[in-house]
Amino acid sequence: MIEIWIDSVISGILLGLVYGLAALGLNLIWGVMKVINLSHGAFIALGMFFAYFLFTFGLNPYAGVPVIFLIGVLLGMVVYFVALHRIIDAPELSTLLSTFSVSLFIIGVGTYLWSTSPYAISFDVGTISVGGMTILGTKVIAGAVSIALALSLYYFLYKTKTGKAVRAVSMNRTAAELMGINTTKILALSFGIGIALAMTAGALIATIFPFTILSGGVYELKSFVICVLGGLGSPIGALVGGLIMGILENVMALQIPTGLVPFIEFTILVIVLLLRPTGIFGGEI
Amino acid sequence: MRTIAWLLALILILGFLPIVTHDVTLRETVFLILMYVALAESLNVILGYTGYVSFGHIVFYGIGGYVAFVLIENYGTNIVLAMLLAGAFSAFVAYVLGLAILRLRGAYFAIATIGINEAVKALVTNLNQLGGAEGIYFNMNVYRPYGGAENAIWFAYYLMLAVTVAVVLVNWKVKRSKFGLGLMAIREDEDASLTLGVNTSMYKTIAFAISAFFPGMVGALFFFKNGNIDPESAFHLTKSIEMIFMVMLGGFGTVSGPVIGAMVYERIRGLLLVSFKALHIAISGVILLLIVLFVPRGIVGFLRERVPVLRRYFE
Repeated sequence: MIEIWIDSVISGILLGLVYGLAALGLNLIWGVMKVINLSHGAFIALGMFFAYFLFTFGLNPYAGVPVIFLIGVLLGMVVYFVALHRIIDAPELSTLLSTFSVSLFIIGVGTYLWSTSPYAISFDVGTISVGGMTILGTKVIAGAVSIALALSLYYFLYKTKTGKAVRAVSMNRTAAELMGINTTKILALSFGIGIALAMTAGALIATIFPFTILSGGVYELKSFVICVLGGLGSPIGALVGGLIMGILENVMALQIPTGLVPFIEFTILVIVLLLRPTGIFGGEI
Repeated sequence: MRTIAWLLALILILGFLPIVTHDVTLRETVFLILMYVALAESLNVILGYTGYVSFGHIVFYGIGGYVAFVLIENYGTNIVLAMLLAGAFSAFVAYVLGLAILRLRGAYFAIATIGINEAVKALVTNLNQLGGAEGIYFNMNVYRPYGGAENAIWFAYYLMLAVTVAVVLVNWKVKRSKFGLGLMAIREDEDASLTLGVNTSMYKTIAFAISAFFPGMVGALFFFKNGNIDPESAFHLTKSIEMIFMVMLGGFGTVSGPVIGAMVYERIRGLLLVSFKALHIAISGVILLLIVLFVPRGIVGFLRERVPVLRRYFE
């Protein structure tokens, strides 16, 4: 009995790290530019499909991760200049709708090209056995890649000059501009990195679960819950929120019908928003 | 005065066309247009006047649909009473929720409304009493008191016309009242209006309840006519965004904007479905983006700005 519990907790931690990665992207975008990115789910799905096609061309899914990350940064920057740059100072309704329209576009074209039928990456790295428990290798690697990416992001934000500029813009854009930081460049880059994190998370999820072009929506909503739980704008909060979410999801599924899990997740979302809108680790980047 | 006169004339002429011609296809089209108009005008109260982005507003439509469906199927309630109760229940839910979530501002409020819609959807999907994910179907006997299914559908159509006229009138009344002025003050600067003596939390909560009342009734009528209800179609987040799209397209915060937006949207949607079929979602994304980027004040806002003579006609 206890093995089942430990098993779900470990599974939850590994999945939670991947969820945290997607949420990290959402949080970075919110923290730097105060935009709720409603195209996050669409980009997660896009990451899944890119991983799938790279895999069918014979590329190892994990070797594909840097490629997908780079594509993500570029795509994100393009989307920033097309859909966000003009309205970055407009009320939140404008940015909510413009990112949503990007999502409609991606999902529309995706549905046209790949229909809504499920795809899967049949990639096996075996299992790892620890004390009588077996864990899927793909989950372990996905968790490890997520940690590596989160650490690199931390290094980038706190140790590099550009990263410090990103943090400066998130604290006070006008002051950053006056200090000679090219804020347009920083905003575009931040959106690019946010999108890249979403696509990478998608690519990692694709190695574990089957997916369709519409799958991103579920993970986008999870990212919202995670961000609110950990505090909108806080990178560490996103990771911890992701862990809590992953563990909750897997452990709750042992006790109650799986269908009720989203109900509990969203109830937590609303309650946390009301009681502590800054989240558990609320704060600036 | 001029605005409301031509708006009501437009809606009534449109509404009576299928009745006079007895054209069933036309009736279906106009039913959809009226439904869009009613939904967009309801959302306008909280989104347009008060400036709160209720992103999951479709939840009230779904709640109304389920309340009416259960009342009719299980207790044989008349559709008129069921519709009113559905609206009242939606408004009540909005009032209670509003007391809590309207303290949140901007994007936080938007996320909370998305969360509520998803939570209610997940809950209903798991309640076997409400048919779970499969939903519930009417027993054909429920249409008997109205003289068969065909007459019941016509009856639902008349009711939808009445609801649409009512919601447009309410919008106009709110806009011209002290209450409406308070809402618009909240939209422009909530802290300042609080300081100047507007009871902001009461105003916001009532505005939220009003904007939930009509979607509740619309949901009741739509699913009564439809004959079945399921969580996926009752709490579809995309429909929420369609509502926002219509308000934006027409011009938010005006009485005539959402009406025009809803009518134009229905046409665009029909055209896209016919001419682009598979790509229609992608194209509507592009159109939405163009509107947000270049005409953020919508058709009515644009006309008011460019052709000042028209201002009296487009409030």
